[in-house]
Amino acid sequence: MNSENKLARKKRITQNIAFGIFTAISYAIVALLFVILAFIVVKGIGVISWEFITAMPTNGMTEGGIFPAIVGTLCLVLASIIFAFPVGVFAAIYMTEYVKDGWIKKVIKQMTNNLAGVPSIVFGLFGMSLFVNKLGFGDSILAGGLTLGLLVLPVVIRTTEESLKAVDATFRQASLGLGATKWQTTSKVVLPIAFPNIITGLILSIGRVSGETAPILFTVAAYFLPKLPSSIFDQAMALPYHLYVIATSGTNIEKSRAMAYGTALILIIIVLISNLLANALRKYYGKKVKMN
Amino acid sequence: MHKIESRNVNFFYGETQALHDISLSMREHTVTALIGPSGCGKSTFLRLLNRMNDLIDNTRMEGSILIDQNDIYQRNTNVDDLRKNVGMVFQKPNPFPKTIYENVAYGLRVNGIEDKNIIEERVVTSIEQVALWDEVKDKLKKSAFELSGGQQQRLCIARALAIQPSVLLMDEPTSALDPISTSKIEDLIHELKKQYTIVIVTHNMQQAARVSDNTAFFYMGKLIECDKTKTIFTKPAIQQTEDYITGRFG
Repeated sequence: MNSENKLARKKRITQNIAFGIFTAISYAIVALLFVILAFIVVKGIGVISWEFITAMPTNGMTEGGIFPAIVGTLCLVLASIIFAFPVGVFAAIYMTEYVKDGWIKKVIKQMTNNLAGVPSIVFGLFGMSLFVNKLGFGDSILAGGLTLGLLVLPVVIRTTEESLKAVDATFRQASLGLGATKWQTTSKVVLPIAFPNIITGLILSIGRVSGETAPILFTVAAYFLPKLPSSIFDQAMALPYHLYVIATSGTNIEKSRAMAYGTALILIIIVLISNLLANALRKYYGKKVKMN
Repeated sequence: MHKIESRNVNFFYGETQALHDISLSMREHTVTALIGPSGCGKSTFLRLLNRMNDLIDNTRMEGSILIDQNDIYQRNTNVDDLRKNVGMVFQKPNPFPKTIYENVAYGLRVNGIEDKNIIEERVVTSIEQVALWDEVKDKLKKSAFELSGGQQQRLCIARALAIQPSVLLMDEPTSALDPISTSKIEDLIHELKKQYTIVIVTHNMQQAARVSDNTAFFYMGKLIECDKTKTIFTKPAIQQTEDYITGRFG
């Protein structure tokens, strides 16, 4: 009886310690995130104004706003997604629905994983030599968008793959069992079920793309360009690069410090908004799949 | 004359042999129950009848299976046509994320039927066939997920019937359902065998006894015994069969 009590007590203590550690770590992570956010908000909120987000930078980028950088970043996100999303989704469909298990699948998978591990500056260099020089796009939104698109391709492929794999095999069997072809099954049954989760891949890529600096460094980003891009062959400013510029190599770093924090804050807000938007989209489609 | 006939069928998952020399025939308009403990090969055998096992990589089949005297594993077999003729119902109700109406219409649409009147007529007939019409006639445009599990399963049967198969394969169709839904499906099986040849895999001995004309007992990938259901459940020829149906093992 006594030893049983002891055992129960020991179990309880172990349980409490483990639980305590996990709780502490989770809270620490959230706290850390809040500290970083608070730091940027406190330092940057002062410069945020309607003018800051809608005006051109002036006076050697120490005054005025960051409008062209915001527009540039949005253009780059859009361009990269337009490229990476269809390509990534179709690649994932091919891999999960069509290729049989074997060495081809293994090689493609391994390569996709390798692609995810390539440092972003290497993508930048690659984008410069292929899109900017070889294909002659020049420093442009097209070149930068494609480079960013390549960068997030593995993310899109992997999340799409996971979402397709999560679709129960009996849905496919039921569809094929009715004499449907593989493509009919994939497009009319599997994709609609997986779609809400595929959107998650989109969310992750948007966040990633809007914050990357290295890949756009040699492919699109302009140091100072106080006008909006008018075509995909134009250069553009972009938030992360603009932040880098005014924080390290601007005309007057001290004077533009507050603006740097403001830029960081705007960048974070854009990522946040796109995440919320994508989440809402995901919920909407999740419901629609059920209601449809 | 046999509707379905398997001759010396062996089946392999990679190196593992899952079925050993299965020879089994089924007459038209009968219900055959496949019973046996988990992993005995009964579901694998069922899935050979509409070539569903083709979807699994690294599998191999030997022997021959004839449906209406045609070897379905011949090179020139059109698998889509075969599957149209051999409908399938699964363990868990799996309606598509579409409306009730579209679930049943799906099989018609993917097979190129576009005439609205034909589709409408077949959808209604199929839903009536599974005795679901009164329950869903007012919500055909609603999601199939709004139905109860038992209704979903009957809808899945209607979906299979809509493309007018002659054989119906059922893989433990009631194992996820409550007793009332189960008995509705069983009644339905009685009704359907007038028009279809049914093969059902079940873990439920009483169910096999209630719904089937013939019962085949599988064990470790071998067909131990196949006979009239009455015979199997009252005086089986082989000791193993008796041990299994009386619950001594399995």
